[in-house]
Amino acid sequence: MDLMTSFDWSFVIEKLLLISAVLGLSLLIAMYSTWGERKVAAWIQDRRGPNRAGIFGLLQPLADGGKLFFKEEIIPSTANQFLFVLGPSMAMLTACLTSAVIPWGDVLYFGDRAVTLQIADVNIGVLWIMAVVGMGVYGIMIGGWASNNKFSLLAACRGASQVISYELPMGLALIALFMISGSLSLKDIVEQQRSGVWFVVLQPIGFLIFLICAFAECNRTPFDLPEAENELNGGYHLEYSSMKLGFYLFAEYINMFISSALMATLYFGGYSFPYMDSLGLSPNLVTILGICALFLKTFAFIFFFMWVRWTLPRFRYDQLMKLGWKVLIPLALLNMLITGAVILYRQNGFN
Amino acid sequence: MQTLTNRAIPVDRRPMTFWEKMYLPAIAKGMGITLSHIFKKKATVNYPEETRPFSPVFRGLHILNRDEEGRERCTACGLCAVACPAEAITMEAAERLPGEEHLYREEKYAARYEINMLRCIFCGFCEEACPKEAIYMTETFAPSNYARKSFIYGKDDLLIPDPKHPITVNK
Repeated sequence: MDLMTSFDWSFVIEKLLLISAVLGLSLLIAMYSTWGERKVAAWIQDRRGPNRAGIFGLLQPLADGGKLFFKEEIIPSTANQFLFVLGPSMAMLTACLTSAVIPWGDVLYFGDRAVTLQIADVNIGVLWIMAVVGMGVYGIMIGGWASNNKFSLLAACRGASQVISYELPMGLALIALFMISGSLSLKDIVEQQRSGVWFVVLQPIGFLIFLICAFAECNRTPFDLPEAENELNGGYHLEYSSMKLGFYLFAEYINMFISSALMATLYFGGYSFPYMDSLGLSPNLVTILGICALFLKTFAFIFFFMWVRWTLPRFRYDQLMKLGWKVLIPLALLNMLITGAVILYRQNGFN
Repeated sequence: MQTLTNRAIPVDRRPMTFWEKMYLPAIAKGMGITLSHIFKKKATVNYPEETRPFSPVFRGLHILNRDEEGRERCTACGLCAVACPAEAITMEAAERLPGEEHLYREEKYAARYEINMLRCIFCGFCEEACPKEAIYMTETFAPSNYARKSFIYGKDDLLIPDPKHPITVNK
């Protein structure tokens, strides 16, 4: 049997379609997150927000994007040319990579063909996410370094130390989650929540820590120190213009979308919703409803991100470090300890 | 320390309690406030479509008035120009010729009458100074143009349309 016949081309096509769909959807949602952000900001400040471009200002993201494209592309003469371009590319790449392991839905049936709505069900899915999020700091770091500007560099250093500091409690919070789930695969985690309770009920402190760390990892207010405009003249993307700046801003919104989806998946049941298996509907319909449920949860989290941004002021840098190292890490460790103790007790009692 | 009024509130400098140090209740309270603002009435006025109501004495761009027969009321006395603190008004007088009685109310009229809208401070002194009730300020207020020159409004821009000869006079 030669390679061509044994190779499952329909599998490749299916995955390619799925990848395109997820990527396109991430970009679309990131695009409209900018619109949503401005709307939410406006509403919270008793304003109306963008309402001139199209109905409800829905064409505003296109106008913003068009504007960014037509801006002059400037690379400072003292900048490292290669790294200067690499920075935003890395930011965008890492932002998009995370979506690979998130299960966007259950299984769709096309005739006798079952399509899993997940690009890759890696059995170490969460490790993949941690790895990619850890890579995300390179976008900031490289961009800030290559700009050859002291403010950019300062912002990049802030960003790097912030992301590293907050990755620890995030990881520790996740460990407590895996103790319950017993699996690192996101699909498994969702399936367990589907049959049991949502993990936010079992891990409320873990969720809180994860939520705070997600804010820090996305560089969102109150942890937006790498791009503190009034302290750093704009932050690590100070020297960037045109679509390279657009990439950085876009990456931030994709990150926000992905981490919202991740929080929904890990702690709020992902694509599962209450009574989904007792409705007596056809599997495909349940799957589609599940996708809607996941996106509903994700949008709720995105709104929460925005809501927090327009409520809380930025932390001071020492406060940020103090919160990360002196509060969140001990709290995460304690959470882990208690989780372990409870699991042990439930297995063996006090023997 | 003795307080000057009974409204003074001493600053609470007690160290924060554990509950306060957790910040989360305070954050939740703040989030509640911002959430309530989402549903409040918006302060924005959708400007070109709707405008704020003006008071009856609002001072916008000027007009030159006509009398009930459609004749220009201005007699080029120059009192508005004298009253103007910004020196935005210039005019040139001319004598009314026989046969022009249907155009100008007095024997003397303004052949040229210009207001520089970029100098004008919209104080309304010209309106007050005018003995002939010829200059008035309207509710139009946002002139915009590409050239500075076009902000010098001449008689073409200022005179209200003639009720008797609507098209011929103004253009």
